[in-house]
Amino acid sequence: MKKTAPKAPTPGGSLPKCPTGIQGLDEITGGGLPRGRPTLVCGGAGCGKTLLAAEFLVRGATQFDEPGVLMSFEETEAELVANVASLGFNLADLIRRKKIFIDYVHIDPGEVQESGDYDLEALFVRLNHAIDTIGAKRVVLDTLEALFAGLKNEAVLRNELRRLFRWLKQKGVTAVITAERGREQLTRHGLEEYVSDCVILLDHRVNDQIATRNLRVVKYRGAFHGTNEFPFLIAENGISVLPITSLALNHETTNERIATGIPRLDSMLGGHGFFRGSSVLLTGTPGTGKTIISANFAVAACARGERTLFFSFEESPNQILRNMHSIGLQLEPYVKRGLLRFHSARPSLYGLEMHLATMFKQIADFKPQVVVVDPITSLMDAGTSNECRGMVTRLVDYLKAGQVTTLFTSLTQGGHSLQQSEANMSSLMDSWILLQDFEGNGERNRVLYVLKARGMAHSNQIREFLISNHGIDLVDAYIGASGVLTGSARAAQSALEKAAVLAEQQEAARRKRELGRKRVALERQIQRLRSDYETEALELRRIDEQVGTRSLVLSTEQAASGLLRQADAKVLAGPNARSRNGRLHS
Amino acid sequence: MKDRKAKRRKPARTRPAAKIWQLRLYVTGRTPKSATAFLNLKRLCETHLKGLYRITVINLLTHPQLAKGDQILAIPTVVRRLPSPVRTIIGCLSDTERVLVGLDLRTAV
Repeated sequence: MKKTAPKAPTPGGSLPKCPTGIQGLDEITGGGLPRGRPTLVCGGAGCGKTLLAAEFLVRGATQFDEPGVLMSFEETEAELVANVASLGFNLADLIRRKKIFIDYVHIDPGEVQESGDYDLEALFVRLNHAIDTIGAKRVVLDTLEALFAGLKNEAVLRNELRRLFRWLKQKGVTAVITAERGREQLTRHGLEEYVSDCVILLDHRVNDQIATRNLRVVKYRGAFHGTNEFPFLIAENGISVLPITSLALNHETTNERIATGIPRLDSMLGGHGFFRGSSVLLTGTPGTGKTIISANFAVAACARGERTLFFSFEESPNQILRNMHSIGLQLEPYVKRGLLRFHSARPSLYGLEMHLATMFKQIADFKPQVVVVDPITSLMDAGTSNECRGMVTRLVDYLKAGQVTTLFTSLTQGGHSLQQSEANMSSLMDSWILLQDFEGNGERNRVLYVLKARGMAHSNQIREFLISNHGIDLVDAYIGASGVLTGSARAAQSALEKAAVLAEQQEAARRKRELGRKRVALERQIQRLRSDYETEALELRRIDEQVGTRSLVLSTEQAASGLLRQADAKVLAGPNARSRNGRLHS
Repeated sequence: MKDRKAKRRKPARTRPAAKIWQLRLYVTGRTPKSATAFLNLKRLCETHLKGLYRITVINLLTHPQLAKGDQILAIPTVVRRLPSPVRTIIGCLSDTERVLVGLDLRTAV
């Protein structure tokens, strides 16, 4: 099925390609090596030429149903079988099943004498025989340059090589020819002169004691190809050429949210936690609890039944288990159930690329829904800041493509601005949580901010987070007139506030009581005044009466005295006298 | 020098059958080079090994699998199977001196 696919012209209308099946190489070359043409693979000693060639054959035989011939000038069949077994290839079985044919060509310069004219027709015969025996579509010649050591007549040799490559093309096989790297040219004996369709250069470089393998497609006639130097590595399952950087940003997204394992943190993130498939950065100074938050996140994922892969670059799995046990987080059950897997490696164990490839491999094997990388900054030791950023980009790309939610922790070193993540990787992240120490009152207290959370409402407030032996708790930090207070200062401040409130309440009660008393007193006073008034009113009435009586008495007496004096008051005082008389009489 | 002289005489006088030279000439069909090689080889053997040699011509076009055994790359190739050790000469054997050295023929006569 796959055999026919590459034969159809590719969309760009370029050459038909022959997929190598080697991870990443087909992406770089836009589909594989030029079909039916020879490709030159050159590089220094020990850079993986033979393995690349062997994998090309094995993948062809196993994945694309294209049998292959390996003509080896350096290693015997037994040696080759043993060597590629380390990559997990069962060459012996493929040979038995007639999928691969190995022809070991031995040339010992000391044993052979040359006399007169000759050609390499026997080599052609052998190769032809091998190809026809198994119906090979792929051929590897490793390393043709051994011929230069074995045969003295270089003119004949060059002529024959030219003929060989022409013959290979006629034969229609896709060939890989390996060659040693030369000093000033690609190969020691200028083989690139004959193989002009595709040239791949391998390189093994040591930088700061860490070795990195690189692959570069120097030339690929008639096709677009990645021209960069791509790191590659030789792992247990073959070669993988790395940057499988997706060129376009077209990850699928989901609105599904997943909990962080810390309810208060969820509520800070709009109440539901992170988006599934997002990348989260957790930065903080040493000892701010990055690993603990990561472990909480992992446990929450495991509790939902999701597979979680925990990359630890600083602590061994057992150490993490023990430490998390101390805060009441039980990770062992999930490890036992196979939901949680740890992968611990020292950053300096191997180069960044190897780390990345190992991570890719682990992720591909375990297929986690949640990945924790603790801490990503450790990997800076294995490469430069730039490389590290590149690596994180690729990792994020890879994980996002798989809808894997990832939590990266990043250690902020002292002296740096807190809002600066190492390797400037924050822009790659969807959410960023900052952990920080507050120092004061002779203590350090941990606080947490959500610096950014793309696509969701999130709290802008500071939270203090407490680590106790039953986990993490987020509490509101005290924010008031005296600034932001945490820890015992926050406790003291709230006690102070409580006391103040109490005092106020007491004061109010006291004033109330006082007012009550005052009112009672006033009321009593009013009572007294009223009774005073009444007394006085009574008095007034009595006085009135006294005055009335007195005036009556007086007038009566005057009248009486008038009568006595016979005054002419009869007429005047007639009626009055009568009435008064009357009253008096009555 | 002593050795050489001793060897030179031995095959001719004592147990000649055991000292028959077995030579293989690998060719690919009837090419001019192969023909030249055969003629040259035959001439040399007649000169130095008369009656003591056997030449087997192997055509790789009909028996390609035989190329692997003697590690044949170049055509034509002469392989001295016996007497041991195995010696290999490639080319059309036009350089007689080299053939004599290569096959150790001189000492044999």
